Amino acid sequence: MGRSGAGRVIAIVVSLVITAATVGLLYIAFVDSANTPQTTFQAMSENGQKAQDVYTLIFILAGIVFAGVMALTLIFSLVYRERAGGKALQLHGNSKLEVLWTFIPVLIVVVMAVPTFQVIAETTGAAPEESLTVHAVGHQWWFEFDYPELGVVTASDLHLPVDRPVRVILQSKDVIHSFWVPQLSGKVDMVPGHDNQLWFTPNTPGEYLGQCAEFCGLSHANMRFRVFVHTEADFDAWVQGQLAEAATPAEGLAAEGAQQFTLSGCIGCHTVKGNALAMGVVGPNLTHFASRTRLAGGMAENNEAELRRWLSNPPAMKPGSIMPNLNLSPEAIDKLVAYLQTLQ
Amino acid sequence: MATAVGTLSHTEDRSRIWEWMTTVDHKKIAALYGVTGFIFFLIGGIEATLVRTQLAVPNGNVIDADLFNQLFTTHALTMIFLAIMPMGASFFNYLIPLQIGARDVAFPRLNALGYWTYLTGAVMLTSSFFLGGAPNGGWFAYAPLTSLEYAAGKNLDFYTVSLLILGVSSLMGSLNFAVTIINMRAPGMTMMRLPVYMWMTLVVSFLLILSLPIITVALVQLYFDRNFGTNFFTPDTGGDPILWQHIFWLFGHPEVYVLILPSMGIVSEVLPVMSRKPLFGYSAIVFAGAAIGVLGFAVWSHHMFTTGLGTVPQIVFSASTMAIGIPTGIKIFNWLGTMYGGNIRFTTATYFSVAFIFLFTIGGISGVMHASPAVDGQHQDSYFVVAHIHYVLFGGAIMGIFSGIFYWFPKMTGRFLNETSGKWTFWLLFVGMNLTFFPMHFLGLAGMPRRIYTYDEGLGWETWNLVATIGVYVIVVGVSVFIVNFFRTMRQPQTAGDNPWDAATLEWATSSPPPEHNFDVVPEVHDRDPLWYNRDHGIAPAAKPEHLHIHLPPPSYMPLIVAMGVALLGIGGLSHVAVAVLGMAVVVYGIWGWALEPTE
Repeated sequence: MGRSGAGRVIAIVVSLVITAATVGLLYIAFVDSANTPQTTFQAMSENGQKAQDVYTLIFILAGIVFAGVMALTLIFSLVYRERAGGKALQLHGNSKLEVLWTFIPVLIVVVMAVPTFQVIAETTGAAPEESLTVHAVGHQWWFEFDYPELGVVTASDLHLPVDRPVRVILQSKDVIHSFWVPQLSGKVDMVPGHDNQLWFTPNTPGEYLGQCAEFCGLSHANMRFRVFVHTEADFDAWVQGQLAEAATPAEGLAAEGAQQFTLSGCIGCHTVKGNALAMGVVGPNLTHFASRTRLAGGMAENNEAELRRWLSNPPAMKPGSIMPNLNLSPEAIDKLVAYLQTLQ
Repeated sequence: MATAVGTLSHTEDRSRIWEWMTTVDHKKIAALYGVTGFIFFLIGGIEATLVRTQLAVPNGNVIDADLFNQLFTTHALTMIFLAIMPMGASFFNYLIPLQIGARDVAFPRLNALGYWTYLTGAVMLTSSFFLGGAPNGGWFAYAPLTSLEYAAGKNLDFYTVSLLILGVSSLMGSLNFAVTIINMRAPGMTMMRLPVYMWMTLVVSFLLILSLPIITVALVQLYFDRNFGTNFFTPDTGGDPILWQHIFWLFGHPEVYVLILPSMGIVSEVLPVMSRKPLFGYSAIVFAGAAIGVLGFAVWSHHMFTTGLGTVPQIVFSASTMAIGIPTGIKIFNWLGTMYGGNIRFTTATYFSVAFIFLFTIGGISGVMHASPAVDGQHQDSYFVVAHIHYVLFGGAIMGIFSGIFYWFPKMTGRFLNETSGKWTFWLLFVGMNLTFFPMHFLGLAGMPRRIYTYDEGLGWETWNLVATIGVYVIVVGVSVFIVNFFRTMRQPQTAGDNPWDAATLEWATSSPPPEHNFDVVPEVHDRDPLWYNRDHGIAPAAKPEHLHIHLPPPSYMPLIVAMGVALLGIGGLSHVAVAVLGMAVVVYGIWGWALEPTE
């Protein structure tokens, strides 16, 4: 019948101490991981906050069950460990006890389910009327953002106003991708041939990291994006900037770059508004390329060195890249970099 | 051509290899399943080790994106279909006739065919690495990434063809197991006296019988899409990629229970014996297992919460998924109840079973967490889910399998695995798996998606990725210690005795290892724990009769021929239709010969 007296007390105390220490350490590690740049646990939108409240509740329940089972496993292992002359209690079950512990999981599940269903009902329905609409389009392997009401098209950087609901229509041009900005919302998939929808209201200006969350092929890991939440005035200024057409440089290296852009065939895949020849739609719209913070599907910072690396051999940088290696000469790259950097 | 026991003339003039290739003895087939499954467990482990090595540090350069995608895909396929399921089939094969008091399974030749087709599918899937590239679309193979347009090579055809073959193998096995358990129980063994392990086997068999046809249809459709230009899953031509997900997970979720229920059964055998008391709440455990099996068919869309299901389906599938937490919780409490008041022998098997309770609970908790779509929006396709499945499949299924190996090894071989070495294995695996998989919860919380071959620094993912990779190497050491233990043990004399653990179930009523015919006299069952009943009531085992006239099915090479035909069919599916026609002819020849084979 197990240890008794002091041995039993020591076994129980040791078990509880080990359990408490484990839970404490795990808690520290969880808090630490929640304070990271792409955290799933620092909601910065209203709907995100609602989901996170459920998440917090469920985390607490999970912690209680974890601690309970761990403590019982340890206590039973220590107290009922084999002893010389020990006898095992011969029992087949206990109906009252079994009914009781059927109700424990039932209770836990109900406590989880009610707020979960409330949040689902509140956040997965239609977006509010006054929402800003953005079409987020997944491509292998970059994100395109199209604001149909504003006439703006961009890629890899998504700009949003604070405190205004945004309706994101999710689409894909090829395979299934998933739109995930952990701090703003849970993920929703971008399914070809089937528009999905997601809405949230960002409540704090700032920069948030996003990444494709559905395995989408060779460069799934490199399919990333950023969301910039601005004050209303800043957002309007950004929109005005994006509405302008690109001026074709008149002279210098940049002007040669504009010609190179045509000669190297870039126009076949890329649009530059203001350049009548550049009307391609396979790759990202480059009208305001230089105003973006990231390039190559969000995988690299948009600076001269990375741009050179990209132009010199795209598939080497982003495996499987649909933009081929054009075998550009160093001079051609110089010209293209000069031109692309004028596209503010 | 019956093999009369005691006259070994038939076996003496056969070579050992021929004997193994034509055997229809469930114990030999179990050994084939077990050894092959373990070898593929090692292969799947090598794949995982490469994946983790690539992810040890940010922007790792060990393997490229393409190989990474092949490795994480085949790691899952290998562990699920080539390692855990066959190791489960090994225990099923070995234990079903012994635990229910039968001389063999209902269809011994079908049993052999099951093994040979499994081997065919397994070799075919793995050979793809050397024949142009392994499947690289994830084990779930979501359309349209798997269509010809986005996956041109043969990679995905290897996926469809080998999984079809493996499905046929499992289907034959499950039918055989279900028929055997239902029809061939010893006198007195009512359904509610079946060992819990047999109940879990029965539930698993029905899960497979019901779910394998579903994946078979999906695989045929995918094969047709890729090879004959049909349009089931391609959106450009009116197909629906979400259809694939529904069909796949309608199979895929029951499949998860196929992997975990056998280990739940093993733990339910080991804990009472080692605690020296009956299982706590037998009926509750049995009904909970059956309930998990039934509910397992009603939750598949929780894998699809992020696909735009809509509000009502999210709520419905969330509710059904949370409901599975209830029978699972009941099981956990009953295992703890079994330990309560015991006089527990802490053998290696006990360590693994007790660890199973704790580790499986962790996987269960995280499973119930992402039953809430609000939480799942963050968890889905993040490392949190990777942590979850590995707590269920490593902390659960694999820990259970190791417990079973240490527990039944004396019965199977007549030898005890070394206990000191066994405890080293246990602690290395326990520490290693927690080092590997617990940090993945933190990575998921920090927003790391799954299936990425690289990541940038500065996201707070460096430390835990490195820890996880170190953990894998600890697991590698633990498994190596086990392999050494195995080979050293096999050189020891057979001294285990019939019932070394003082266990309660029928397999311990015969010699270790058991004779080819299992029992000299089929035992009569009076209680749920028959050997304890006999012990406590002073019932002596029946005396061995002087003349044994036991007719066992003769060996047959027809299963091997049919399996070779299936292999040719598969190769034909990957190359030229002429090979498939030849394969079909061989299959027909094999079945013809099989039908006409004399049984006496």
